[in-house]
Amino acid sequence: MTSLKIETINVGYPGKPVLTGVSLPEIPPGSLVGVLGPNGVGKSTLLRALAGLGPYTGTALLNGENLNGMSHFRRAQRVGYLPQALPQETSLVAYEAVLSACRAVRPDLAKTRIDAAVERVFDMLDIRPLAFQALNKMSGGQRQMVGLAQVIVRRPSVMLLDEPTSALDLRWQLTVLDTVRMILGRHEGLCLMALHDINLAIRHCDFIALFGDGRLLAFGPPAEAVTSDILSQAYGIAGRVETCSRGLPFVVTEPTQPIFPPTGQ
Amino acid sequence: MSGADNLADTGAPLATGYRRFVTRRMVWLCALAAALCLTTVVNVMTGPAGFSLGQVIDGLLHPDALEPGAYVILWEVRLPFALMAIVVGACLGLAGAEMQTVLNNPLASPQTLGVMYAATLGASLAIVFNLAAPLGLPETYVVPVFAFAGAIASAAVILLLSRVYGATVDTVILFGIALVFALQALIQLIQFVADSDSLQQIVFWTMGSLTRATWEKVAIVGAVFALCLPASIRQVWAMTALRGGEDYARSYGVAVDRLRLTVLLRVSAMTAVAVAFTGVIGFVGLVGPHIARLALGEDHRFFLPGSALAGAVILSGASLIGKSLVPGVLIPDGIVTALIGIPLFLALLISQKRRG
Repeated sequence: MTSLKIETINVGYPGKPVLTGVSLPEIPPGSLVGVLGPNGVGKSTLLRALAGLGPYTGTALLNGENLNGMSHFRRAQRVGYLPQALPQETSLVAYEAVLSACRAVRPDLAKTRIDAAVERVFDMLDIRPLAFQALNKMSGGQRQMVGLAQVIVRRPSVMLLDEPTSALDLRWQLTVLDTVRMILGRHEGLCLMALHDINLAIRHCDFIALFGDGRLLAFGPPAEAVTSDILSQAYGIAGRVETCSRGLPFVVTEPTQPIFPPTGQ
Repeated sequence: MSGADNLADTGAPLATGYRRFVTRRMVWLCALAAALCLTTVVNVMTGPAGFSLGQVIDGLLHPDALEPGAYVILWEVRLPFALMAIVVGACLGLAGAEMQTVLNNPLASPQTLGVMYAATLGASLAIVFNLAAPLGLPETYVVPVFAFAGAIASAAVILLLSRVYGATVDTVILFGIALVFALQALIQLIQFVADSDSLQQIVFWTMGSLTRATWEKVAIVGAVFALCLPASIRQVWAMTALRGGEDYARSYGVAVDRLRLTVLLRVSAMTAVAVAFTGVIGFVGLVGPHIARLALGEDHRFFLPGSALAGAVILSGASLIGKSLVPGVLIPDGIVTALIGIPLFLALLISQKRRG
């Protein structure tokens, strides 16, 4: 059972605060939290800070234990972070990349258990055909899937995924979200996922944390957190949340001015 | 996702496919080791007084049965030369590979980033100003210490500039090039003020040669390599993880800054002893890792030993060419490695480009 609580966290760089006073109530086990907000608002900075790759002030408690009080290695075993940047183009094959991620975090694990864990993650993400392909011969989307496999193979309590679907087509976006859901259901971990597709987030996340103007604007179940007012405040757009015939919510936006000038004039 | 590799499409466990993959890499490592044995044996056989393979084996097994002249040639000249080529080549190959990984730059090597010239500067200072005398120690030990001090100082400068200015892959190389020019100017300045004996020593040294090899020097370089290799092997998973990207490695708990520091210390030590006893031998640290990368990929369990072996094969081969090209003339090894290293490097780049 994993729980995460964030109390008045400030993230940023020396002399340049990015997000201030971010507090999230205790997130229940098995939850998928969508982290949304406009470009540059600080979604990545927040996830990096929680992963231990950047500084923050305030308190983040993982199962009651302060994240900042953990050693770097112990935190890496509990928190799995997928950076926004894709894995580098190297001549490592996908199997080696996933294996090295597992070995770096769990050096004491028996070889047979590591083999089984690697095998499982390739099947789970349906990327078996990529196993012996070099990363420098892959498309961006394929590398992003390998990066995700590197996180999942470690079975962290908390997954911090920074735009894990940015290079993926619709089919693979759904595979990623379904897989993350399945893992959360099995292990009762947690996932904070930065996303830009607000409809994807509303559809798949249990909670939405929406940021704007350097602070948390709203947090809660999608239907509560995503409102016309909040969308206007965060993105400066006119939008509303509607429900389709199957009862699923989606955001309809209305451009304030035409993107392209009318043709034929 | 689509991807083509029959190892993954057979339906067999991936671990089985990976074992076959690993076996292929082990075969490549064995091939490199075999090539090293071959070049070393031919290296020992080749020279103005040629030995047959039988004579070499007899001489190695029964040194007492050799005539005094043959004994000196085999045991005091050929073997130290051949073994020095192996240990220096291995040091430079391993140093280049580790440097390319931690600086995330395929052009990084002890030579291109100035570490080798900094070691040369330190050693030149020790020779010209006879720094061994006031310390009361033999030159064999003092020169490597000053070479190491120079090497570590230059590695620290690169690291510092990279960190302070958040240098990218390209700017690290530019720092290195600037450092090379500055160090070369300082070496020339020392040559300018040196007396004729020291000047001759330094000039000969900047050409890089194995001819000053002795058993004692082979043992020192070999000992440094034997200390560095296990330390490198202990960090193979961290270095492999680093190839995926710095943020990825950090998120696995790899202490990247500490890794960089320990690697640059090792690189400095290996470069310093190599340069102190043989002079500037370029391109081995650059080309060796590229050959290993092509054959073995970047899983550092194979890549690091492969780079050391490739470096040793290149220098051993260069030593062989250096004494066979013009009968009776021993062309300095640094000149040969540069002459064969540049076309070899270009050929590797072109073949990589063609293979996409």
